[in-house]
Amino acid sequence: MAYVAVKGGEQAIANAHAWLAETRRGEAALAELEVAQIEQQLGLAVDRVMAEGACHDRGLAALAIKQAQGDLIEAAFLLRAYRTTLPRFGHAAPLATAAMRLRRRVSATYKDLPGGQVLGPTYDYTHRLLDFALAARGEVPPPAPEAAAPQEPAPHVTELLAREGLMAREPASEAGPADLTRQPLAFPASRPARLQNLARGDEGFLLGLGYSTQRGYGNAHPFVGEIRQGHVAVCLTPPELGFEIELGDILVTECQMVNQFHGSKREPPQFTRGYGLVLGGGERKAMAMALVDRALMAGELGEDRVAPAQDEEFVLMHSDNVEATGFVEHLKLPHYVDFQSELEVVRRMRATATAHIAGDTGQGSTQDSIGAGRAEEMAE
Amino acid sequence: MSQDPGYNFAYLDENTKRMIRRTLLKAVAIPGHQVPFGAREMPLPYGWGTGGIQVTAAILGPRDVLKVIDQGADDTTNAVSIRRFFHRVAGVATTTRTPEASIIQTRHRIPEQPLTERQILVYQVPMPEPLFKLEPRLAETKRMHALADYGLMHVKLYEDIARHGHVSAAYSYPVMVEERYLMSPSPIPAFDNPKMHRMAALQLFGAGREKKIYAVPPYTAVRSLDFEDHPFRPHRAEGCCALCGSTTSYLDEVVTDDRGGRMFVCSDTDYCEERQANTKEQAA
Repeated sequence: MAYVAVKGGEQAIANAHAWLAETRRGEAALAELEVAQIEQQLGLAVDRVMAEGACHDRGLAALAIKQAQGDLIEAAFLLRAYRTTLPRFGHAAPLATAAMRLRRRVSATYKDLPGGQVLGPTYDYTHRLLDFALAARGEVPPPAPEAAAPQEPAPHVTELLAREGLMAREPASEAGPADLTRQPLAFPASRPARLQNLARGDEGFLLGLGYSTQRGYGNAHPFVGEIRQGHVAVCLTPPELGFEIELGDILVTECQMVNQFHGSKREPPQFTRGYGLVLGGGERKAMAMALVDRALMAGELGEDRVAPAQDEEFVLMHSDNVEATGFVEHLKLPHYVDFQSELEVVRRMRATATAHIAGDTGQGSTQDSIGAGRAEEMAE
Repeated sequence: MSQDPGYNFAYLDENTKRMIRRTLLKAVAIPGHQVPFGAREMPLPYGWGTGGIQVTAAILGPRDVLKVIDQGADDTTNAVSIRRFFHRVAGVATTTRTPEASIIQTRHRIPEQPLTERQILVYQVPMPEPLFKLEPRLAETKRMHALADYGLMHVKLYEDIARHGHVSAAYSYPVMVEERYLMSPSPIPAFDNPKMHRMAALQLFGAGREKKIYAVPPYTAVRSLDFEDHPFRPHRAEGCCALCGSTTSYLDEVVTDDRGGRMFVCSDTDYCEERQANTKEQAA
């Protein structure tokens, strides 16, 4: 084989993109997937992309899913790259999740409570049997029965505990929220910065970490105080108006975990809160986030930080899947130069080692390394 | 070609560019010190050079001439892709000729031809922290830099020599900048380290994923860590380039068959092509 300098990278890239487009479209005889269909019928995928893409726009998230052929991390990346070009005109008031228009609300700590238990559109009690009726051209399912009673107020379970003094309230703060997309993370990180990081973090990573806290790595004793899912109003006070306006409703899922805390020198025994909030219906992610949030409070609560989930730098620096996928996948870029230098070093070290072994067996050595020198000293 | 009207010049908005330029000024003022910055999400993946791209975008002007190399070559796919990106969003002139470029963005190499005061070299940096393999905690390495506490790295090099007779680092070989800050030269081969020392060009380093920028101003002392009895020695593959005959350039090894056949060619494609053209001219 003769050496041919690799040329024509530009043409190769253009061809690769053409092939990608063809692969994405698939069999041309089949109808093309519409963005609106993805938005409506793959709603949980859209929710995940919005959460990890840190951008609430169902239409754009659906488009990103289509463009990425359903690769949700790639789709989140597309959405992030778009989001970063948008102007920033302020931050919203904290979401009033206590006043959420609930479509789901379950508590694992109380059998009944103000506002009641609302199961909502959940997979929890489905039997995981493949539904072959969905494979056939299905009919539109009949509308689900609707409850008639108006929703009574549903205060947070954690608020009920706080009123009794069993759970510390989070101190209110007038400070603006942390923004990791503008200010790089610094350690130790504030809890708002941690929560923002986790809210954007990879569901799988948080799931694994949260799971590890339940298996003894972090010593968690969590109860699901409540999970609530529903619509909340996003409100903003534009400086030029000076009063609050409502921008619209978004669907969010919130999880508050209640954890035992034995108390410290300063604090009496009480319950502590792990908090999770995600855009859309990503309940698994909200729960995992709440577990990890609580584990990360180890430092503030004076608990030993021994488990990976309690290690702030470990968790927060590796939770972002757009960063992680970039750095893992960049290994496929050319590294000829570094590998060449590594080849030279390994060859040199092997030569030294071979000479060293030969020296030890009495065949003499002229190596000038410390290792060889030490062997000579020992021989003397 | 004029720039894509859908984007601001060089893609980033002017406020972001100003933030990066302020970071760059601070970095130049404290050579070798890593300055955190609010790195943006770019339309290219992390690991593909987002830090370098942001630095280039912040310093690029309409009259600049840009060269982009990856592994020393202008025609590697990622170099092609980044050059096209700037061609599209900034409409600037691009070149493969080292002396013609006012800004050179690079991944893993320093060009063979010495750079001048008129040029800026922008490095793409994956891991800006030189100590990360010894101490992964940023809070801890920050403290070590503040105290110039670099004993850990010296011990690592000593252990390498004691165990293997050589320092085992072949690339990202740590350097001291002006005898104050320990710095990662980015994953350039150790062979390129001496080129950084008192380089006439400004050297800027951008790490997008890690959100750090650092710099080496022109004519700054950059010393590869070593010991008096084990001085730093840059290494290259023995032999000469099969295309231009250079015996001093950094060589890539190319495997030509499955029976141990191999050849060596310059990693710096512009340097190699220039030498080949000169040889042809002299022969004619």
